[in-house]
Amino acid sequence: MKVPTMSQLASAGEVPEVLFWVGCAGSFDERAQKITKAVVKILIKAAVKFAVLGTEESCSGDPARRSGNEFLFQMTALGNIQLLDGYGVKKIITACPHCFNTLKNEYPDLGGNYEVMHHSSFIQSLFDDGRLKVEGGAFKGKKITFHDPCYLGRGNNIYEAPRSLIEKLDVSFVEMKRSKATGFCCGAGGGQMFKEPEKGNKDVNIERTEEALSLNPDIIATGCPFCMTMMTDGIKNKNKEEKVKVLDIAELIANATDL
Amino acid sequence: MNFGIGNIIFLILLVAGIILFTINVRTIIRNINLGREEKRTDQKKRRWMTMIRVALGQSKMVVRPVAGILHIFVYVGFIIINIEVLEIITDGVLGTHRAFAPLLGKFYDFLIGSFEILALLTILGCAIFLIRRNIIRLKRFWSKEMTSWPRTDANLILFTEIALMIAFLTMNCTDQLLQNSGSEHYFKAGAFPVSQYLNFIFGNMSSGTLEFIERSAWWFHIIGILAFLNYICYSKHFHIILAFPNVWYSNLNAKGKMVNMPSVTKEVKLMLDPSAVVNETANTPPLKFGAKDIQDLTWKQLMDAYSCTECGRCTSVCPANHTGKLLSPRKIMMDTRDRLQEVGKNIDKKGKDFSDGKSLLNDYITPEELWACTSCNACTDACPVNIDPLAIILDMRRFLVMEQSAAPQGLNMMFNNVENNQAPWQFSPSDRLNWAQDEIKSSV
Repeated sequence: MKVPTMSQLASAGEVPEVLFWVGCAGSFDERAQKITKAVVKILIKAAVKFAVLGTEESCSGDPARRSGNEFLFQMTALGNIQLLDGYGVKKIITACPHCFNTLKNEYPDLGGNYEVMHHSSFIQSLFDDGRLKVEGGAFKGKKITFHDPCYLGRGNNIYEAPRSLIEKLDVSFVEMKRSKATGFCCGAGGGQMFKEPEKGNKDVNIERTEEALSLNPDIIATGCPFCMTMMTDGIKNKNKEEKVKVLDIAELIANATDL
Repeated sequence: MNFGIGNIIFLILLVAGIILFTINVRTIIRNINLGREEKRTDQKKRRWMTMIRVALGQSKMVVRPVAGILHIFVYVGFIIINIEVLEIITDGVLGTHRAFAPLLGKFYDFLIGSFEILALLTILGCAIFLIRRNIIRLKRFWSKEMTSWPRTDANLILFTEIALMIAFLTMNCTDQLLQNSGSEHYFKAGAFPVSQYLNFIFGNMSSGTLEFIERSAWWFHIIGILAFLNYICYSKHFHIILAFPNVWYSNLNAKGKMVNMPSVTKEVKLMLDPSAVVNETANTPPLKFGAKDIQDLTWKQLMDAYSCTECGRCTSVCPANHTGKLLSPRKIMMDTRDRLQEVGKNIDKKGKDFSDGKSLLNDYITPEELWACTSCNACTDACPVNIDPLAIILDMRRFLVMEQSAAPQGLNMMFNNVENNQAPWQFSPSDRLNWAQDEIKSSV
């Protein structure tokens, strides 16, 4: 199957229902690419007319802005806004909470106004509208916990959408002690993903992984490619990668419905 | 009424206390106004609701129930008992005794009774707070930035509040004993559900001694309050005043949103298109990008610093601090306040344009602290009065990067990649859609 790009649709005179903003991790990171594919499978299954920007997409600018480089952020953002407005984009979905936050909350100050949804909210809306159903029972009885991405949770007050998707899977859901508004960071935000951590006595992702593992889960679910990297590294560090899987919300839904 | 020398002394003390307080508050307002302009007066209805919920209603305090409930004892006690201060002032000025009693009748008994119960709860709350700080030694009260002065400050506040409440109860107990002995001046007024149990201490004293103790407690209570009022201007305890406006002026945006820099937008637009006419109403560019010292922060960020009561909830949830890094959001706020007070003192002593060659960055807050932040917003969520340490951290990072090019190596590489490859990693933009080349199994 083919993933349509905005330029292909535009030349055919078509407008998609949503733009799927893949993000840099979703495009290049091998593990996050699987999340991207899971989102695409869901979109196809629910017959959502979508497109991606493909090679025209750029970084949203989030890591540059949080690392203090406002010039680089604004150059990147203004370029993206020009591109998005050129295609007349109205609605954007993305599987990255950092892109989500930046596009939704920060682009309006620079003249870019779009309806932006995190994939967990969008997939929930597909269920609500009856466009998607969970059929298989691949995760029946599995013990799952959810790690709140900071930019989805505290950053934008979205706590229930990912949980409501997990609840559809007939699993045993367990909450970590630090969850929702008090969720503990994976350690990747604010540019940390791209630098060595400062001197300390522990890495943040190890602290969070230990908390998740204390619940003896089969699966740690999350909704952010950076959290995915940090938690996966944490699980490897604890030699638990055989026993415990780290999966994105989109992967859970895609696998549950055997897409 | 018997107006005498005592009333004159009282008046002098009262006026002096209030004048001194006014001077102190004006200094604080002057210092806060050293910050940059920032608009925080939109969405007024939402601001009032937030203030009622968070400041008046203590909604974020009770997230930690033990400290939260004890704090409500002290908070309600302190606010309500201040009604008693109105009576003390009236009596002090007019030479009356319990001036409100004849006016309020039975309700007066109810008021005094409630004050006594709240005074007892306040003593209980403060005593448990002292135990938590000094005997149990809760970690967040003993971390690195809690040096000798912050710890002493906290203890002084708690001891003073206990002393004021004991004076209040002593005054009531001796008053009640004098009322019962039929003293003419001490007419029957008030209910004493708590202080009656102090009779075992004062019960056998002569009416002369009782009168002396009653008057001493009365004077101690009011002089104590006037002194305390001025002490808080130099203490973390100023939060009792600033908590309310500070919450009213809170950031109402999604926490994930960073404040835009219009000065940068202007330059970037000119860079992308030199012929572009940039809207001149946009703010004129500041002298520097980002924050190096307190003048580069906004007035709201400075108000945050004065509103901080060093409870340490921010630091106790900070992932960087939790894993042993230098960063402590509470220290960011304490440093900002210390530096602001230092700059204020310099202005008072050496004039407006004096520079001591120091700055908030480096002399107080080190880059190592700033770079440890994950921008996760746990600190801003935890703060009971909506202080935003993250905004200060990010503004100082902006200075480090845009004015000093002093980012850590990894971030400089990321900047290069974003600039040249449109991604934070070194991948070619033309490979961006490669993930879609693999076959995607689909039921469609």
